[in-house]
Amino acid sequence: MTELKNELIRHSAADLAAKLAAREVTAVEVTQAHLDRIADVDGQVNAFLHVNSEEALAVAAEVDAARAAGGSAAEELHALAGVPIAVKDLIVTIGQPTTAGSKILEGWHSPYDATVVKKLRAAKMPILGKTNLDEFAMGSSTEHSAYGPTRNPWDLDRIPGGSGGGSAAAVAAFEAPLALGTDTGGSIRQPGAVTGTVGVKPTYGAVSRYGAIAMASSLDQIGPVSRTVLDSALLQEVIGGHDPFDSTSLTDPFNNLVAAARVGNVAGMKIGIVKELHGEGYQAGVENRFNESLQLLKDAGAEIVEVSCPNLKYALGAYYLIMPSEVSSNLAKFDGVRFGMRVLPKDGPMTIERVMGATRAAGFGDEVKRRIILGTYALSAGYYDAYYGSAQKVRTLIQRDFDAAFAKADVLISPTAPTTAFKLGEKLDDPLAMYLNDVATIPANLAGIPGLSLPGGLADEDGLPVGIQLLAPARQDARLYRVGAVLESILEEKWGGPMLAQAPVLGSATTTAGGSN
Amino acid sequence: MSVDATLSFEEAMEKYDPVLGFEVHVELNTKTKMFSSAPNVFGDEPNTNVNEVDLGMPGVLPVVNKTAVESSIKIGLALNCKIAETCRFARKNYFYPDTPKNFQTSQYDEPIAYDGYLDIELEDGTVFRVEIERAHMEEDAGKLTHMGGAAGRIQGADYSLVDYNRSGVPLVEIVTKPIEGAGSRAPELAKAYVAAVREIVKNLGVSDAKMERGNVRCDANVSLRPHGRERFGIRSETKNVNSLRAVEHAVRYEIQRHAAVLDSGEPVIQETRHWHEDTRSTTSGRPKSDADDYRYFPEPDLVPVVASREWVEELRATLPEPPAERRKRLKEAWGYSDLEFRDVVNAGVMDSIEETIAAGASADVARKWWMGEIVGRAKVADVDPSELGVTPQVIVELNKLVEDGKINNKMATQVLDGVLAGEGTPADIVEKRGLAVVSDDGPLLEAIDAALAAQPDVAEKIRGGKVQAIGAIVGGVMKATRGQADAGRVRELILEKLGVQG
Repeated sequence: MTELKNELIRHSAADLAAKLAAREVTAVEVTQAHLDRIADVDGQVNAFLHVNSEEALAVAAEVDAARAAGGSAAEELHALAGVPIAVKDLIVTIGQPTTAGSKILEGWHSPYDATVVKKLRAAKMPILGKTNLDEFAMGSSTEHSAYGPTRNPWDLDRIPGGSGGGSAAAVAAFEAPLALGTDTGGSIRQPGAVTGTVGVKPTYGAVSRYGAIAMASSLDQIGPVSRTVLDSALLQEVIGGHDPFDSTSLTDPFNNLVAAARVGNVAGMKIGIVKELHGEGYQAGVENRFNESLQLLKDAGAEIVEVSCPNLKYALGAYYLIMPSEVSSNLAKFDGVRFGMRVLPKDGPMTIERVMGATRAAGFGDEVKRRIILGTYALSAGYYDAYYGSAQKVRTLIQRDFDAAFAKADVLISPTAPTTAFKLGEKLDDPLAMYLNDVATIPANLAGIPGLSLPGGLADEDGLPVGIQLLAPARQDARLYRVGAVLESILEEKWGGPMLAQAPVLGSATTTAGGSN
Repeated sequence: MSVDATLSFEEAMEKYDPVLGFEVHVELNTKTKMFSSAPNVFGDEPNTNVNEVDLGMPGVLPVVNKTAVESSIKIGLALNCKIAETCRFARKNYFYPDTPKNFQTSQYDEPIAYDGYLDIELEDGTVFRVEIERAHMEEDAGKLTHMGGAAGRIQGADYSLVDYNRSGVPLVEIVTKPIEGAGSRAPELAKAYVAAVREIVKNLGVSDAKMERGNVRCDANVSLRPHGRERFGIRSETKNVNSLRAVEHAVRYEIQRHAAVLDSGEPVIQETRHWHEDTRSTTSGRPKSDADDYRYFPEPDLVPVVASREWVEELRATLPEPPAERRKRLKEAWGYSDLEFRDVVNAGVMDSIEETIAAGASADVARKWWMGEIVGRAKVADVDPSELGVTPQVIVELNKLVEDGKINNKMATQVLDGVLAGEGTPADIVEKRGLAVVSDDGPLLEAIDAALAAQPDVAEKIRGGKVQAIGAIVGGVMKATRGQADAGRVRELILEKLGVQG
């Protein structure tokens, strides 16, 4: 049985869905296999902040009961019913704590479900638990979590990326076939790149943000994390669509994503290399894998063109003004008055200001405080125009750059991150070095366009995963899935199987996992 | 609490020229809140009309209430404003526990309505134009109750309670441009302006407009400058002056206080002031400077509000006639004197009179009944005249009975009482109570003979041509017939009998 469960956890979500529909396995078996895997390896990985065994198994049992009943109960089941999923702990859930990776929300239970969580529940996808993240999604390594760092399944001494290191590591370590992430400047894609998984930031507004604890409202987007491109397409179709609770959500249906992932060719498509998003500052092994993918796409019939987005050199600067500005306002609500941690001042008068101050001083970590201070400053009278105002102008220029680039290319391509996974602690004392991890992912958030990262192979110098990023015009998420799925299949053919098959074995599975090398 | 020095109003006016400005907050009576689906209801159990959005829970997002936008556009149009084709919300950042997100979502540099005016008619008919700078949408804060301190103030309180029922209630803030040239009529204008705004929003049906409930709240800005100087003086802002009378008094008081400060050679401090109804004075609130930094920035969780020209015109077409214009039209149509019309308006029976006229009564008859009979009875019953239970049809019917000579005026009031007692229609009551004018001349002639015999000197005077003395004889007849005679007919018969021309 152990062996069977270990087999089960290695399947993609699409395969699990097919096996469930064919009644080859039960949802309870699939869910239990993943819960067992979590119990086995999460002590090493620390991807989960909360494991939701009881509820997940109950939902799985419901799915099995509906399938067993047959008839309309079985027919009405969603294609992914019974396929378990992990949820980034920035997304609120009834019945489980939501911490945002922060002490200030320790023990807090949301009285409502995020819209995406409601959709998972409607599809009867068992929620395995909540995954670790940098506090309030601020970071690129998951080291800023108040609950300890998550470790990269490829090398436990290395970071799994961030902020969604928990979701990416959970999927890479076969603890979950699917996960939800949030991406404000790369928090889905960069962890995907360094853990050898797939991560997608949909078009801004394609997925409701209602219930995702806001970091920077104009940049945040919920998206899928998976091991295959098709699985992300399947998941985005579950969670996407207009939500009347999010006025920034689009009315486009985005129901062509799975079909796009199954098209199977890129012949005649124009793929644009963004001049400013590779080369100098990018690790040699990353650059090599990137060039290899370009050649493979060319061989597959795509036309490779070079485009320039000259204003991207200002993207990081603009991002680090807009994002902290919104952060400073979005995080004001964490004050100890209505929910979460409350800390009373040790001495002196007990005024509301001092209680708020003591709570925020004790509840927030350094990176959060750094961004709140930066944003408060950027929005201050006399500085607003120079900082926030200028940054918004840059944002417009970047959008225009992308418009021009997409006039020449159907999709754009770049490495997802400039380097492979670095060692835990390596950049913790150097915020600027940490911020540079997101140099290639931030532009998509500023422009509101969709981006996908998929495994592009292992870097020659360190044997660690390299991510390839695809970008498409707003609302054209389908193009990412089409090109991504083709590149994935060519690469897997070259590797002789999924890249994650080359990852080291974790947990007690070393003795029983027959499938891995 | 030190008492501020004041100058007499007259002396203040002699030396200085007041400049006013008003920020009037109007709570809209939408079913739900500005940004959430929680009910917008006054007076419920604290913290019951709230959901996760109103409480500022992690992860929530606002959604703009379309009806609130509609109401705001209507207010803008009624204030003769331009309506922005697109406008945005902004965040006003400040930490305070009545504001759950620690920022207020409010319009800032892009108000939905701007550049309007309102013509204010003062008591003597003078019309004063107040320029409207803007009317913008925002959300109300929760309500803090400070416990354990004196008079419910935060100073000295042991703790404070927060009720978030009001949090997120839609508000429209109407801001005037500086109002110059009001002179000694500034307090009167202040009251008339706020009254006009209240009347407009009530007439539009967009607010319950009850000042005592805070549906309409006024912040009054006052500054003084020496006569002839163009530059404005330093202003004070008296917050939450929540009755019309208080608005007038607060402006008057602040003028007097500013004058005393300026006279002493000190500068006026730019600050908020609190109005105290009991002492009819203000006290210092917190210093307020233009350097207050709310770190406004565009609300990234909301898309811009788009008001298409078609929509605005659709809404304009639904606007009711402006109250001031309506009053002018009705006054002319009814032919009432200034005093008569003002009494009608103050008694709150203008609508009822309009309906009664529409039902077929003349303007004078309608006024006579409403002002002469119904207002007094309503006062005794402590209800609104329109709620007493008298329909326009009752008045028309009563009047017809009188005009047809079936009953006289005295009887008609008895019939009205019968109607109010639920005895039926006026005709029913006339019959049931046996009220009918005596029209058989026989009994009347007998009564006239008796009356003439009882007052032979009066009879002689009438014969001698002093017809005006006839009242005494008529009175005697009416008394004898217990008021059931038609006084007009009695008069005719008396003159006939005495052979005198009337």
